[in-house]
This record gives sequence, structure tokens and C-alpha cells, in this order.
Amino acid sequence: MSDDTPRRRRWMSALAQSAVEDLERAWERLPSQPAYRVLRGPEVGSVMVRGRAGGTGAVFNLGEMTVTRCTVALASGVVGHAYVSGRTRRHAERAAVLDALLQDPATGASLEETVIAPLIESREARRRCVAARAAATRVEFFTMVRGEE
Amino acid sequence: MSALAGLADPVLDSQRIFRGVLDAMAHPGRIVDLPEPRQSPAALCPATTSICLTLVDLDTPIWLDAGARTPEAIDYLRFHCGCPVATEPGAARFAVVGEPWRMPALDLFDAGTDEYPDRSATVIVQVESLVGGGGARLTGPGIDGEARLEAVGLPASFWDALERNGGRFPRGVDVILAARHAITALPRSTRARAH
Repeated sequence: MSDDTPRRRRWMSALAQSAVEDLERAWERLPSQPAYRVLRGPEVGSVMVRGRAGGTGAVFNLGEMTVTRCTVALASGVVGHAYVSGRTRRHAERAAVLDALLQDPATGASLEETVIAPLIESREARRRCVAARAAATRVEFFTMVRGEE
Repeated sequence: MSALAGLADPVLDSQRIFRGVLDAMAHPGRIVDLPEPRQSPAALCPATTSICLTLVDLDTPIWLDAGARTPEAIDYLRFHCGCPVATEPGAARFAVVGEPWRMPALDLFDAGTDEYPDRSATVIVQVESLVGGGGARLTGPGIDGEARLEAVGLPASFWDALERNGGRFPRGVDVILAARHAITALPRSTRARAH
């Protein structure tokens, strides 16, 4: 595993989990829209999500989910991949191009600041919003101690 | 990592290619033009690449001879087909021969079993051209009387090997000759006599 793997994991996850509108806005704010060619897709398919009971038990199939994937190559030859949930082809294509741009040593670091950080912030904000809505409906269960005979 | 693109329209192109291969297999000796992929590794001719993109997937190990086994071709097939690349001819469902003059014996490939003769390998042999050169007269199912086949780049021993392959019927391998974007099929049921 190369040194870049944790960083790439972070940005690929941010790109895949961002809202399509946020990604479009980030795309339009790029200094220049890069030229690229599509090597594969964007195409829709399904993947089997598997889990382990309790994180350590036997593997079981949780169910299938719809996934869209795309692979592009920039003019420089750098190849970018994206796998995103759902069927938004545009999402996968944008994410794949950004993945390629982020791998470029010249532009990658600044893009992590200007594109990835805001996407992660907006993902966290969405999470907090959902958590707050859920918290309002939380029911506390407690047991009253019965008087002993 | 392959930086070459596959089929322009994966669904419709692969259906057209499938139909083309079916047509060729049903009429041995007939030359069928296949839709070309957008890009093809240098070691594979466009017809070979088209067949692989259509028929090869993660359940069909592919074997490449020394002429076809380039890093570019392996990357391309792994990326677009997701297929395992076999190290031994006998383990493969599909095989690509890029250097026919050094072709391995056909009985090295999986010939299926008597119960399941369909579980055999399909061998794609890349030739320079399907016009001119040494030829053979073909007879058998799918041929009205007799068909003539020509190919540039096949060794004379190829026709003997094909004859021995046919002698194992119902077991045996099916051969596809590919040149640029054209193919012609020599299924195991076809008898070929060199002339």
C-alpha cells in the first residue's frame, strides 16, 4: 500500500458521499475544467453488501445496492476511478475526474483544501442534521425498581 | 492500469459482436466483420479485443501466448473483463494466439469432457489476413457443400492439428481466426483439408 492510500481513501469517500449539487458547485469553481476521456462507464450495476455479525462473526449477505462506476483518463494519462451509490451517472463521472486531478502532485494538495475539505464539512453537517432530528424523537427507556416483598 | 477505452456502446456493441460470433460459428469459413472497440492493446487485433470484451468475464480464465501476453494487454483484459489470466493453456476457457507460427498443440487446451463437451476452450488465432495465403476446403455442419478458407500467417501444420482436434469429437476446442476486425470460425465439427 503506497503512502498516498489513506489520503486517497479520504477523498474518494468524500467524493462518493457528497451531494451531487455540492460536487457540481465544486466542479464549476475549478480554475479550469480539465480535458479527459472516459475509459469505462459511467455505468450502473449492483454490488452485494456483506457484513459480519458483531464485526467478528461469520460473513453474511446484507443485500444488494445500486452502484454507479466510472473511470476516466486525463490528458496527462492519470486515471481516476469512482464508485458511488445510486444511479446518478454525472456524480460518478465528476468524482472520477476529481479523483484523477487529486492524484496529480501539482494540483492535488490545493484541491484537497478547496474541494475535499468543504465536501467533508458539508457531509458532517448533513450527518449532524439527521442526528439532531433523530435525537428529538429519542425515547429513554428505564426500569422502575419494584418494591421487594 | 489500462488507459485504453473499451466498447463505445457496451450494451449494443456486445450484442452485435455476440451475434457476429454466433453467425461465424454457425457458418464455418464465412468471414464476419465485428464492431471495433474504441481502443485495443497493440498485441490484440480489434476483433480479438471485441470478442474478449463480449464473452470473457470473471468466470472465464484467459490464456495469452508469448505474442499476446504484453503488460498492456493483460491490464486491458483485467480492467475491462475482470478475468483471471491463466498461466497454463489447460486452465483457460479462452486463449489468444498472437504468434501462430509457434502455436501450442491444440490438445494442450481444455477439450471438455464426454459428458460436458461444451466446457471446452475457444482458441482465437490472430492471422495477418483472411484473404490470400494458404487455404483449406471446409466441409461439415453449417456448410452447404464445401467452403473455401484462406489465411495468411498460419503454419502448414495448423491444418493437421485441426484435423486431429476434429477427431476427438464431441470433445475438442473451437478455433476462431481473427485478422483486424474480421473473424472466421472453425468449430470442432468442421473438417478441413489443406490445398
